Amino acid sequence: MTMYSLSAVNLAKRFGTRKVFNDISFELETGRSLAVVGPNGSGKTTLLLTLLGGYLPSKGEIVFSENAQVLSPDTIRDKTALVAPYLNLYDSLTAEENLVFFTAVSGGRVTGKELNSLFERVGLAGRADDPVGSYSSGMKQRLKYAAAILKSPEFLFLDEPTANLDDDGKKIVFDIIEEFKRKSIVVIATNEKEERDFAEQICRVDQ
Amino acid sequence: MPNKSAGLTSRALAVFSKDLRVELRSKYAFNAILMFGITTLAVVSFTLGQTGLSERLLAALFWIIMFFAAMAGLAQVFIREEETGTVLALKLSADPTAVYIGKLLFNFSLMALISAVITPVFFIFTDAPVDNILLFVLVLILGVVGLCAATTIVAAIISKAGIKGALFAVLSFPILFVLLLLLVNASARVLEGATIGGIGTELQGLIAYAGVMIVASLMLFKFVWQE
Repeated sequence: MTMYSLSAVNLAKRFGTRKVFNDISFELETGRSLAVVGPNGSGKTTLLLTLLGGYLPSKGEIVFSENAQVLSPDTIRDKTALVAPYLNLYDSLTAEENLVFFTAVSGGRVTGKELNSLFERVGLAGRADDPVGSYSSGMKQRLKYAAAILKSPEFLFLDEPTANLDDDGKKIVFDIIEEFKRKSIVVIATNEKEERDFAEQICRVDQ
Repeated sequence: MPNKSAGLTSRALAVFSKDLRVELRSKYAFNAILMFGITTLAVVSFTLGQTGLSERLLAALFWIIMFFAAMAGLAQVFIREEETGTVLALKLSADPTAVYIGKLLFNFSLMALISAVITPVFFIFTDAPVDNILLFVLVLILGVVGLCAATTIVAAIISKAGIKGALFAVLSFPILFVLLLLLVNASARVLEGATIGGIGTELQGLIAYAGVMIVASLMLFKFVWQE
């Protein structure tokens, strides 16, 4: 079985003189999940985006590996997915066109049957041909989960995973987290107790 | 679930076809470029059209119109990603090289379409000589490739800035200056009746410019994109 791991060692991030987080260390492997917790503005999102390569860390090291072999940035990109309220999809494209595009640009291919079952799973059946611009914020959040699932990520990053979702949407998301925490590495930035409880490890960002 | 086997070409084509689809629905860049081109052409033709301009002046006017038309719309390819907030999703999904090639192909298609509209109108309005039209089209194609190669990388650089429009023109001008001189020279000589052998030096220069710009952009884009 292929084992993936993600480790952060003494990670720190500053914007100019402003310290965002300092001395963050953790180690995760396939089947383990981490909750990043801390008050508003403490740097949870910055930490997630730093792990994803969106920001360079001011100090420390991030290593993604597969069977103890360090992964290249290109491989990391193909094996990671993010779901977050600030992650926007293309409003002028339909939901299906968005999913086909993000799959194609990640080097994958998807069949109509797979798409139909995915839309069914995230509760968007019958809305696949609607432009994303006509979706509510909750529907957009569901579609982001569909895009993430399509990538079959080995590293799944979730920032406020149930933001904008109703009770049905939350249940769908909790099922997805349950599924991925068994077969992938899941990192969840949240302040909600029921989301935090999915993770075996906690990383507190409040410095 | 998806079978991951696609290479750089299909990833770049995915970016290109996505941009094309978004543009076909909004027509934002196309309309901006076309309106600029047609308006400028109309002004030029009504004020100068009957005065018997020299071939060199006609060539200069043509490339001034093409330059400002490009400035009016080609930056949209990256600015739109920033303004709609889709840039993060694209960065997390796509190979930077595929993004650059896809965006370059899109800008080239857009300018090719605009050129196909502006060029015949320019020849009709200004009564420019059409004896050497195939050679003029060759210069036009090389010019559009060079123009798109340079403006695509500049568009990526300025897309995060506050005053994008002004910065785009300011940064593009020094990079495009050499290209515009070559283009005006080559076009003027074609209008004067030169053969392909007569503009060999200019053609080599145009090919070299486009080649250097594309290679340099491919090398630089990763750093611009990931900043």
